[in-house]
Amino acid sequence: MKVHEYQAKEILRRYGVPTPRGIVVDNPEEARQAAKELGGRVVVKAQIHAGGRGKGGGVKLAKDPEEAVALAKQIIGMNLVTHQTGPAGQVVRKVLIEEALNIDKELYLGITLDRRSGMNVIMASSQGGMDIEEVAAHDPNAIHREPIDTVLGVQPFQARNVANAFGLTGEAYKQCLSFVQKLFRAYVETDASLAEINPLLVTKEGNVLALDAKMTFDDNAMFRHKDFAEMRDLHEEDPLEVEASKFGLNYIKLDGNVGCMVNGAGLAMATMDIIKLAGGEPANFLDVGGGASAEQVKNAFRIILSDKNVKAILINIFGGIMRGDRIAEGVVSASREVGLPVPVVVRLEGTNVELGKKILADSGLPLITADAMWDAAEKVVAAAKGQA
Amino acid sequence: MAIWVDKNTKVIVQGITGREGTFHAIGCRDYGTQVVGGVTPGKGGTTHEGFPVFNTVSEARAKAGANCSLIFVPPPFAADAIMESADAGIELIVCITEGIPVIDMIRAHDFLRKTNARRVAEGEAPSRLIGPNCPGIITPGQAKIGIMPGHIHKPGPIGIVSRSGTLTYEAVGQTRNIGQSTAVGIGGDPLPGTNFIDCLAAFEADPATEAIIMIGEIGGSAEEDAAAFVKANVTKPVVAFIAGQTAPPGRRMGHAGAIISGGQGTAEEKMKALQAAGIHVVKAPSDMGSMIEKVWKAR
Repeated sequence: MKVHEYQAKEILRRYGVPTPRGIVVDNPEEARQAAKELGGRVVVKAQIHAGGRGKGGGVKLAKDPEEAVALAKQIIGMNLVTHQTGPAGQVVRKVLIEEALNIDKELYLGITLDRRSGMNVIMASSQGGMDIEEVAAHDPNAIHREPIDTVLGVQPFQARNVANAFGLTGEAYKQCLSFVQKLFRAYVETDASLAEINPLLVTKEGNVLALDAKMTFDDNAMFRHKDFAEMRDLHEEDPLEVEASKFGLNYIKLDGNVGCMVNGAGLAMATMDIIKLAGGEPANFLDVGGGASAEQVKNAFRIILSDKNVKAILINIFGGIMRGDRIAEGVVSASREVGLPVPVVVRLEGTNVELGKKILADSGLPLITADAMWDAAEKVVAAAKGQA
Repeated sequence: MAIWVDKNTKVIVQGITGREGTFHAIGCRDYGTQVVGGVTPGKGGTTHEGFPVFNTVSEARAKAGANCSLIFVPPPFAADAIMESADAGIELIVCITEGIPVIDMIRAHDFLRKTNARRVAEGEAPSRLIGPNCPGIITPGQAKIGIMPGHIHKPGPIGIVSRSGTLTYEAVGQTRNIGQSTAVGIGGDPLPGTNFIDCLAAFEADPATEAIIMIGEIGGSAEEDAAAFVKANVTKPVVAFIAGQTAPPGRRMGHAGAIISGGQGTAEEKMKALQAAGIHVVKAPSDMGSMIEKVWKAR
């Protein structure tokens, strides 16, 4: 789960991580009040999940409350396009008004899981404000990596290693040690999968603060962070994906015209791959899960068909525990209920597959059956082209 | 022969009185697996569907002689179940549970490492964890320890290892003429207990395995690591398929581990690494069966 910058900072402050003072608002008038409270000179920052907001024109400096109002007017409601939003962009609904600080240095500090070692790794670079992936590509030595034992937490020498990698001294060095330890504790205790402070700010006074904050949380751990649920911003998600998640369906919308409905994430990805190899473009990823009940199939049909680009659908189910005849019954009843506005190719494998095929054939519905995956892919691609 | 499980493996099911646990304990027993009981804290001393129920794994091991556990405990409690099994000295722990928080798994792995180090120092066997978020492991005709459909399998010479459940079944289905030695689902999580290399090493050492199918997917670097291992250590022919060639970056494709991030973990990179290691990479998932048949015959 992703959250906005202002929410990430709110969470970080609970763990004592220093951030600039800020107030989030959703209209220009509130921006004036916020700017006054923060001392007049403020930064107005668009709140969308995607990165690259500054370059896209979503982060601006205001010298007084009047300018803050003007900038808020300009930014709230704008369609912000960054390299992470894609060409469609994202509408800005809220801005964070933040006190402007005297910048001395901008650094990069991130924490994420290294799957190979099974350890969380702190990444530190003195090239803050830059896209860290770019830094990693051009100058990998510019990134200091400090693997941390998650059970033990950050040891003092490890915090010193990070502060040294930044080249800090004096007050900033001291504050950095505490910042790193607090950030790691926040990361672990909130079940984060990513914490990125870019830039980490060192002020002329030697204060160390999170000027920006990006946090992503482990979806599997949300049962113990019930308060994070209200931070979810549905505007940032595809409406069809939100709808699918209500039914326990894992759906991701793509740009092609061949809809697919598959059980299992790996097989679903493989189905997308084979559609492409057969000359088509998948319209979505959809994993109906292990059950694939009639109800699931029906909801999946509805969601796939709400995507108007879909010209044909491939149902690829490897019936394991779920028997093929049950799945076939589900497909037939769902097809009757939802109707079949586009051709549907069904490929069943596994338990009771013969019985399942018979049910499909006897239904009188114009379902196209296929035997193997390649056969199914060719048939559905041909069907989609026939419709185009 | 086969790897890790056979007709002598004695299994207990953790979470046996739950819906999933009950259903699959019966499924495994019907296949012929020795399911010697189950564990549900607080329900010890009772019998459930003919299985004796114990309060602790330790008790189940002592009284029923279990050397393998199969876990269906819900995600918030699953890491604890893994650690309890390891502490009790269970040699093979198969965790089916999907949705365990990463931090819980980091702690469980830490516990496993320490417990195993102690046990090895005492001259005892360490615990191996398979999963979580996996279909389990099956040695056709001998033992099914998991949720896979047993009847599609057939004893034979092909070893199968996969990060994906239904894609494992797909590979099994495509090798129905030759048969399988053992099929292992290592699971779709970022931190699996058993990885490709563990399975490849075991298949290489297993006389019953003559060729190997490995099925990877986008995310992480396990396939690249496996490629290097195969190049240096595996003499048997290996066929590989990588799912997610068309997956967009930054989107988690169902599995917690299946995400392309920071330009790393793409199918293209993985396929290149596997090919460079002499592995027969198929682009289409439908070609796994025909390719393995070809290289197996030509070996």
